[in-house]
Amino acid sequence: MELTGAQILMTILKEEGVDTIFGFPGGAVIDLYDELIRSDLRHILVRHEQGAVHAADGYARASGKVGVCLVTSGPGATNTVTGIATAYMDSIPLVIITGQVPTQLIGNDAFQEVDIVGITRPCTKHNYLVNHVEDLARILKEAFHIAHSGRPGPVLVDIPKNIGVAKTDYQPITEVKIKSYNPTYHPNTKQLKKALNLLKAAQRPLIFSGGGVILSKASDELADLAHRLKIPVTSSLMGLGAFPGSDPLWLGMLGMHGTYRANMAVSQCDLMVAVGVRFDDRVTGKTDCFASGAKIIHIDIDPTSIRKNIPVTVPVVGDCRSSLTELNRMIVEEGIQADETTRRGWLDQIVFWRDEHKLAYEQKETIKPQFVIEKLYELTRGQAIVTTEVGQNQMWAAQFYHFDRPQQFITSGGLGTMGFGLPAAIGAQVAFPEKMVVDIAGDGSIQMNIQEMATAVQYNLPVKVVILNNRCLGMVRQWQELFYDKRYAHTILEHAPDFVKLAEAFGARGLRASHPDEVEATLAEGLETKGPVIMEFIVASEECVYPMVPAGKAITDMLLV
Amino acid sequence: MNSNKHTLTMLVDNEPGVLSRVVGLFSGRGFNIDSLCVAETLDPKVSRVTIVTQANKPLLEQIEKQLRKLINVVKLRDMSDDRAVRREMALICVHARPENRDEILRLVNLFRAKVIDVASNYYTIEASGDADKMTALIGLLKPMGIKKIARTGTVALYREPKRGI
Repeated sequence: MELTGAQILMTILKEEGVDTIFGFPGGAVIDLYDELIRSDLRHILVRHEQGAVHAADGYARASGKVGVCLVTSGPGATNTVTGIATAYMDSIPLVIITGQVPTQLIGNDAFQEVDIVGITRPCTKHNYLVNHVEDLARILKEAFHIAHSGRPGPVLVDIPKNIGVAKTDYQPITEVKIKSYNPTYHPNTKQLKKALNLLKAAQRPLIFSGGGVILSKASDELADLAHRLKIPVTSSLMGLGAFPGSDPLWLGMLGMHGTYRANMAVSQCDLMVAVGVRFDDRVTGKTDCFASGAKIIHIDIDPTSIRKNIPVTVPVVGDCRSSLTELNRMIVEEGIQADETTRRGWLDQIVFWRDEHKLAYEQKETIKPQFVIEKLYELTRGQAIVTTEVGQNQMWAAQFYHFDRPQQFITSGGLGTMGFGLPAAIGAQVAFPEKMVVDIAGDGSIQMNIQEMATAVQYNLPVKVVILNNRCLGMVRQWQELFYDKRYAHTILEHAPDFVKLAEAFGARGLRASHPDEVEATLAEGLETKGPVIMEFIVASEECVYPMVPAGKAITDMLLV
Repeated sequence: MNSNKHTLTMLVDNEPGVLSRVVGLFSGRGFNIDSLCVAETLDPKVSRVTIVTQANKPLLEQIEKQLRKLINVVKLRDMSDDRAVRREMALICVHARPENRDEILRLVNLFRAKVIDVASNYYTIEASGDADKMTALIGLLKPMGIKKIARTGTVALYREPKRGI
């Protein structure tokens, strides 16, 4: 069957089960868009290409499917870079289609030409420039395969304008084989046996779970392991929701802004079962002191994550779900059980730590940001899909909204991208039109992609934006307060828009609360409103996120409230 | 050989941009490249890249894992020990004063090198061998005045089995 490049693109998107793409048209992709409007694919027109990638990312994180975006060459392509790097750091499966100038013009500094394949090489899992229309189908199939298999990640496909209109004979590709790309899903049994022996001998075991558990849909298996052997669970920011925040074995997040009990448990455990994590510096603090008395089992599908930052006793390369399934099976088979008395002692110790320092704040005359999040948690009954921006808003969301299910908390962990939350919320809302989606934002971050309110209004995506307005770039201000003698170098936002009027200008609803007693009513009204809403809370500007481990210190060196 | 020096050889897809992925990985992650050699193999779709790097054991493990993770890297091997042969080549242009010419030619013979160009005051020498041999030859020629030098990186091949030898 003879098809144009544009037709091949639409055909393969359909074959891959894509129903929605996020994008922004331009000269180099006119032919692709011309085919797109004739297909039944849904296209969400964003207001900035960065928004397209974050929205596709939010869609992917909420649904577990591959997110797809389509943008033009040159500035369209460069505007995607932050979004691509965000997805790359957090291992989110995306396929980014960029337009490119016609092949005969490549290298000529043509209008809107940029070497986006060169630019994105270090922040994509893989990328392609399509030189011949005959290669297009294979490349697109490979792109989807690479994006969602193994450790997922973004894959970029750069399509020159002439490839979109060139014709070729199209034969469907049923199987994708790349000889040098074979992720290891099934763990080595010998390694699992070693892990099992460590589990048998452990007196004070601890599970440290991460984003990999969510990506491989291993939450049930994780809970099974924890409950079977009564092992307490902590997680990285990326792993929140993989283990229920309401479970008695849950310790809260660990690391720089982790809970006291989680960080203490890390320092005192004798066995750490690390699943789908990469030991980021925000988790470990000073690596020499991290779980220094513990043996470590590290399960991850990406061999490069293992022994990159932390020495490991038993490495297990494999998919989190198949590894945990197999481990659980072995535990049942051998009838392994936790020794009641030693385990009780360990769990009691954790309860003691819990009571020693709880996450706390004092609600006085001005609204405390933590209070807003607690109220939000109550009013949404813990069921909302929560996205965040980056900084204090993100950390308070992680601490005070207790996530019970995976794919419920959507945040830029690795790259820490301000401006992520609103477009990601739009993407999540597209994936789940009926669910409550809330972006927890700061007044700094929200202004980085505020233009996407127009997208939310245009498609009637009822995202709720909660702005914790502290009139400053709070997290950096916090560092300046604590470590730079209160020299607030350019972290005070002396001018801000009127967010209520701004919401209205976009055609959304705007609400504001300035006093603690207005918080609940404002949230209730905003959440009940059909359609997108901005709720602004004028919060205490000096509030800091605690506990805090100063950068480079051991995670037991916590500054507490 | 410095125990921290490692010769890594990989077979990669012979496509535009692949070398950039390999060297970009080294620069982006702060790995070091002492030398680099790339050329096509018998199969025109595959190139062989040889990199000499300095790394301790955990770092070397990380470098190898990261390289294997590149989708265009088909195969990777550490060629640092005796199971492999390693060679590099140099073109050395040395000042050939009349009083030094005999000594230069003696060294050329000793090192099984060749004089490939003779100018009024200079000889250009072609030499090949392992890294130590090249360093030694260059060291001996230096006092006579090396005008310019062009060196390749290391290339390496695994030795085939020597059954019954």
